[in-house]
Amino acid sequence: MAIYGTALLALCTLIGVALGEALGMALHVKANVGGVGIAMMLLIAARLWLARTGRLTPGLKLGVEFWALMYIPIVVAMAAQQNVLAALEGGPMAVLTGIVVVAICFGLVAVLSRATGAHHD
Amino acid sequence: MIEIAHKVIADQSLVLAFAAVGALMWISAMLSRLLFAGRIHASAIAIMAALALAWYGGIITGGKKGLADVPAFAGLLLMGGAMLRDFAIVATAFEVDPIEARKAGLLGAFALLLGTVVPFAVGAGIAWSFGYRDAVSLATLGAGAVTYIVGPVTGAALGASSPVMALSIATGVLKAVLVMATTPMAARFMGLNNPRSAMIFGGLAGTVSGVAGGLAATDEKLVPYGALTATFHTGLGCLLAPSVLFLILKALV
Repeated sequence: MAIYGTALLALCTLIGVALGEALGMALHVKANVGGVGIAMMLLIAARLWLARTGRLTPGLKLGVEFWALMYIPIVVAMAAQQNVLAALEGGPMAVLTGIVVVAICFGLVAVLSRATGAHHD
Repeated sequence: MIEIAHKVIADQSLVLAFAAVGALMWISAMLSRLLFAGRIHASAIAIMAALALAWYGGIITGGKKGLADVPAFAGLLLMGGAMLRDFAIVATAFEVDPIEARKAGLLGAFALLLGTVVPFAVGAGIAWSFGYRDAVSLATLGAGAVTYIVGPVTGAALGASSPVMALSIATGVLKAVLVMATTPMAARFMGLNNPRSAMIFGGLAGTVSGVAGGLAATDEKLVPYGALTATFHTGLGCLLAPSVLFLILKALV
């Protein structure tokens, strides 16, 4: 049943987000600390367990994978609601900071992924 | 006729958003095939088009939510909001190879730390060069260069002025937009073609929205690895910026 997959995904998300909130509170931070990441690890663990015990049915997989496939359209919808106008009107300082920071971070990604042998041609 | 249209817009906003995004993706796929011979990914075109539409939406409505401020497209708020976005990101973890993720774990954490400290320092440095001298403003503007959530959270914690907060948010949003738009072009330069470099990228580039959009437009298979580290970015920034990083900055000025 597809709903089992979607419900499993919902359960992992809810537990992960709740733990992220708890972690934020424990650290006195006004933000969710890694809730989505924790949820992802829970889902990976759940998948391994289901596969090992032979419970990973096609229906269950469909219930999760549909949402994974909807990810890009959801990101497009997210992009369409960004305050792009304000981002561009932030003045020269915001524009300069944004460009310099992104350029430096991209450069560091290039250095780190090559230095550690993560790069494959 | 108009009455029916109004009723559909009011009652079916999410369904309308599904149809609108589907249409945009279809047009983008056509453009990718016909105009760019597939060299530019259809998702990259769709995300760029969505950003352009968000800009246009801001101009015609004067609102803060891009195209979603146009009543007919209000459903985009739910479809592209944090709830469904996080739900879909978690779903992508179903295809993650746990061995790959574990191998890059430590490296991802290191990238995450760099991705917080470097933007903060650059942001504060540029703010300094623009004439800001008090530690609170400098820290808030530096935090905005981490993500657009870290900026206002830090500003609120330290008691920054409202124009500084607005500028800090603008910097963060611009960073997210830039990451979304330029990742596909810079992917080859960054060596962004395997899970490990995607995790480094997620830690360094920050902002779930920027990383999510950028990786989606580059290679769908890399999305979960980038998201796995990026999700800790805002939390770590909110932890470090108003505390350790602010104190270091205060000692310096």
